[in-house]
Amino acid sequence: MNKIRLIIEREYMTRVKRKSFLLTTLLVPVVIVAFYAIIIAVSISGESNTQRVAILDEANLFNGNMEAGKGDKSTYTFIHNETEQSFKPRYKNEGYTLFLYIPEFSGSDLPHIKLHSQAAVNLFVKSALEKKINGAVEKKRLTAANIDPEIYKNIKADIEIENAIDSGKGEKKSIAGVAYAVSFIAGILIYMILLIYGTMVMRGVMEEKTNRIAEVIVSSAKPFQLMLGKIIGIGAVGLTQFAIWIVVMGLLQFIIPLLFPDVFHQLSDPAVAGAAAQRASAGKIADIIEGIRSLPIALILFSFIFYFLGGYLLYAALFAAIGSVVSEDQQEAQQLVFPVMMPLILGFVIMTKAINDPDSGIAVFGSLFPLTSPIVMMGRVTYGVPWWQLGLSMLLLVLTFLFFTWVTAKIYRTGILLYGKKVTWREMWRWLVRKG
Amino acid sequence: MQHILEVHELKKYFATQKAVDDVSFNIERGAIFGMLGPNGAGKTTLLRMITGIFFPDSGAITFEGKKFDPINDIIRIGYMPEERGLYKKMKIGEQALYLARLKGLSKAEAMEKIKFWFQRLEMESWWNKKVQDLSKGMSQKLQFVTTVLHEPALIILDEPFSGLDPVNANLIKDEIFRLAKNGSTIIFSTHRMEQVEEICDHIILINKGNKILDGSVKNVKQAFKENLFQVGFEKMPDGITSNTIFDVTGEKEQGLILKIHEGYKPHDVLQYLLAQRHEIVSFNEILPSLNDIFIRLVEGTPLAREFQPVNASA
Repeated sequence: MNKIRLIIEREYMTRVKRKSFLLTTLLVPVVIVAFYAIIIAVSISGESNTQRVAILDEANLFNGNMEAGKGDKSTYTFIHNETEQSFKPRYKNEGYTLFLYIPEFSGSDLPHIKLHSQAAVNLFVKSALEKKINGAVEKKRLTAANIDPEIYKNIKADIEIENAIDSGKGEKKSIAGVAYAVSFIAGILIYMILLIYGTMVMRGVMEEKTNRIAEVIVSSAKPFQLMLGKIIGIGAVGLTQFAIWIVVMGLLQFIIPLLFPDVFHQLSDPAVAGAAAQRASAGKIADIIEGIRSLPIALILFSFIFYFLGGYLLYAALFAAIGSVVSEDQQEAQQLVFPVMMPLILGFVIMTKAINDPDSGIAVFGSLFPLTSPIVMMGRVTYGVPWWQLGLSMLLLVLTFLFFTWVTAKIYRTGILLYGKKVTWREMWRWLVRKG
Repeated sequence: MQHILEVHELKKYFATQKAVDDVSFNIERGAIFGMLGPNGAGKTTLLRMITGIFFPDSGAITFEGKKFDPINDIIRIGYMPEERGLYKKMKIGEQALYLARLKGLSKAEAMEKIKFWFQRLEMESWWNKKVQDLSKGMSQKLQFVTTVLHEPALIILDEPFSGLDPVNANLIKDEIFRLAKNGSTIIFSTHRMEQVEEICDHIILINKGNKILDGSVKNVKQAFKENLFQVGFEKMPDGITSNTIFDVTGEKEQGLILKIHEGYKPHDVLQYLLAQRHEIVSFNEILPSLNDIFIRLVEGTPLAREFQPVNASA
């Protein structure tokens, strides 16, 4: 036991102390948050951009009066005694950034409205103007048709369906989109973890074999101790990395609003958000937050950790066995890795299906079959899974992991000391069935 | 004297080869024991069984008077494999510490011993270097230190001098002598005969999985001597020819090489030569070198072992 602890410590410390570990561990959350912040900053930067809009309203749509919305810092100036052609070359020199031209039109025609600008116009500015014009046109048509705008407002329908989940704990609101996204992200994360840390185990074993250090170590410790120590050590590296990522991301969420107070003030307070488009997206954020609250967070977190550990231990054992039979040749490693990659990819494919149809036969099968269950079950668990399926899936995963560790240890024990020889599948099978 | 290691009828068959086939030998405590044999003779397999890496198919290993128990006895053994193995990216000091602790030393004990050995072999400045920055000879020295660090009763060295320059080879050789003098037993596996002659007390020769020779270096040489003598003369004589006492088998600067016939002694040769009034300045026996013995015994067997199917369960 003491030896396993020593081996774990070495595997863990040598990896954690590497510069590349520090770099990826710190850079990944920074990159993710920066990306997220840039998207938000870009999408709302138009709002704080103050436009000076010149309007030539030949149709007299606005009666010379356009109201700026809340938070809208643009100014609207109506110009008279000009034509589109005469004003077009001059609006820039007269201090306007945009020139909106509304030609005369009759009731049923669609007006051909033009917005002149020096560069492409921000989407928010454009949609805000469109909304204003649509409102004015609608109002004009309602008047022409003799309909009271108040009545029209009551007639218009804007319906969203609410999905209630009748689980044991009473009715809960669910937003399908949120469950979908969370499932997908969790499934992909597990897939990536298994792949990245699995190959890390394989490379570690190959390093020990090609450096011939394995022979020195196994004259001090049992091969099984060496294999288990490596798997646990690298698993701990993975957990550490995740823990750091979560902490750093959490901190950045607090720090970024301090760095860009404007952006986040607008984002987090829908009342301040002026433009209509802005209001809509703020509403969506509220929906998303509500959707996340409706998810079984504790169950998802527990499942994630369980399937991360179970799946990792299972695949790490397989990758370790492969590393032990490969002799120096990278290409050979790729060939041998292929059969192990297959169920991983299969799991990924089933997962993409399971998030669309979580109770289909293939999704249920994929979430029970131990080689795919870590990925597929994460795709299902957000939608609610019957307890017996979850329990059976976990039990199968643990049993398979124990069986695989026992089996791969036999291959590992022989393979790690075998040099300069290509190992066939038949030989590996013989090592398995051999006694002792 | 008690035997530190007794190997009895050890067998290890692989799928296509009898790697070790019925080998027995004993090693005395404090001896420097040479295990010789051509490439692929089964030396490494034999050593791996003695170090508990492989389990023998049959046969028994007795270590310090008791049945060899790899898990508990391993701390009493230090093994330096032929293919050197170190973590390339690990720092030298940490690596030595790790390997020593794997052998069961406490951290403080390990540190103390590492400091002692690093000082002794002038390696103190290496502590924070990585193995990949060391030359082959330097990593060899490090490997030697990690092998003997935990003061094992039995030290197994597989080709310890390969890749070392003469200065460092002498350094290691002196350490081997010192360790043996302090009571450690050393198994020294090699196919470099001149080193064996210089270092070992007792040798065995393995070929094709079998032991074909066992004895002290002196006895082996005696057993294989061909009664050859070299006689040096003041003035190179004419007319000495083969006769009933000896054959003349060769000439060498100012001397002759004589092979004494069965039933005669060196004394008879001298009497014969002196009777003819030759002035003799030197007279000595030519013992075969281990190299000659090795070649004579191994020659005639194919260089590489053939792979043949083995019917025993593998």
